[in-house]
Amino acid sequence: MATLYRKTLNWLDERFGAGSVEEFLRHKTVPVNRHTIWSYMGGITLFLFIIQVLTGILLLLYYRPTPNDAFESVQYIMTQVRFGWLIRSVHSWSANLMIFTAFVHMFSVYFLKAYRKPRELTWLSGILLLFILLGFGFSGYLLPWNTLSFFATKVGTEMAGSVPGIGKWLLVFLRGGQEVTGATLTRFFGFHVAVLPGLATVLLAMHLLLVQRLGMSVPPSVERAIAEGRATPRSMPFFPNFLLRDMIGWYAALGVLGGLAAIFPWELGTKADAFAAAPAGIRPEWYFLFMFQTLKYLPAKILFLEGEFAGLLGFGAAAAVWVLVPFLDRRIGFGRVTRFFTGLGIFVIGFIVVLSALALR
Amino acid sequence: MASIISFIYPAMRYIIPPPVTESPSRFVVAAKVGELKNNSGKIFKFGSRAAILVRLVDGSYRAFSAVCTHLSCTVQYRSDLREIWCACHNGLYDLEGRNVSGPPPRPLERYEVHIQGEDVVVTRTA
Repeated sequence: MATLYRKTLNWLDERFGAGSVEEFLRHKTVPVNRHTIWSYMGGITLFLFIIQVLTGILLLLYYRPTPNDAFESVQYIMTQVRFGWLIRSVHSWSANLMIFTAFVHMFSVYFLKAYRKPRELTWLSGILLLFILLGFGFSGYLLPWNTLSFFATKVGTEMAGSVPGIGKWLLVFLRGGQEVTGATLTRFFGFHVAVLPGLATVLLAMHLLLVQRLGMSVPPSVERAIAEGRATPRSMPFFPNFLLRDMIGWYAALGVLGGLAAIFPWELGTKADAFAAAPAGIRPEWYFLFMFQTLKYLPAKILFLEGEFAGLLGFGAAAAVWVLVPFLDRRIGFGRVTRFFTGLGIFVIGFIVVLSALALR
Repeated sequence: MASIISFIYPAMRYIIPPPVTESPSRFVVAAKVGELKNNSGKIFKFGSRAAILVRLVDGSYRAFSAVCTHLSCTVQYRSDLREIWCACHNGLYDLEGRNVSGPPPRPLERYEVHIQGEDVVVTRTA
């Protein structure tokens, strides 16, 4: 077996220098400290993304993206196709778990200040990837063409329409017309299976390349302790030590995913009717709940702005600050932790949790 | 630069669909007389959009656009509140169509209602 591995490696090495990859893996190390557990969240997110791609391809075998067929085709997958209910349930649960782990990954990077120099671009590519994941969630939500998803899309695209200047254009671009119709479904299907996967692949490659190039960050508190001689730098080989631990995380995620998908199969709801009233209890996916609830509390007018536009402006400004944190938190570049940015992170988590809980009441 | 524009411009125009001309119809039969009980409502199709017909407690009719002025959800009549309610963000309109509570910024567009024989006919005024 070892000879076969060596022969294969030699064959590949002669053609494109595969030996350097092995050499790189052999020498790559990962820092070890009391925060190392958080380093596995990115890997779990990537694993769930791969599950999404695989189950998405399987769903494509039966799904039909037209208003007359979409709901029925998902119903067919869930009731007629062998294990169709499981594939669809895994796809839906995995999407939600992936966004959850992506959020955990982002907040752990934020609080451990891993965005500081020279990892600003790793942060930027990661945040853009999270936006892409939210785009996957938003576009995929409509695809079963059920009542909840229909109205969630109506509200979401209407919000995009309130952006000054380009809002009307954006609304028509997203909906494929003035209203949410079959044209919207076809577009969202295109975004979900072609545009977003393309963008995600490029950004993911960039993100992983930067992580490999720059290595994993050591938190400032650990760095300080090492510098002051209170601790010694520790590390472990990436291959196989870290990778095997990563795989344990993947396996645990697979267990949780399988359990949730089998015990709580994802529901389909009722077919969308464009001329029915929005039902009581309507709400978007959990990761948009805080925005949904905030819009409920905003009055019709805030100063001279319409409430929905003021809300959108607020979220846009907050997102911009969040994206630009590595450039705004200047003190961290000198190894000093700014309490303001730590406090900001705690406030953001508190805001998301409290508003989401209020929406679920 | 010119060649870049010559490639991008058609693509940008392509992704925006041609405008759809709305049905010129200014009226629609929303219901049959006696179809709606007092203190109830019904959503009906008016052109390409949803509209709502409400039969008040006294038996008279009112009709409005059913598109919430907040974020375009379809509203419904709440017989318990005797008001028009949007489930998406808890907006309320009174039976004149005025936005009275919640985030909606404007009143609902009001339509005229006439009884013609057995039909309840709703007419767009503007």
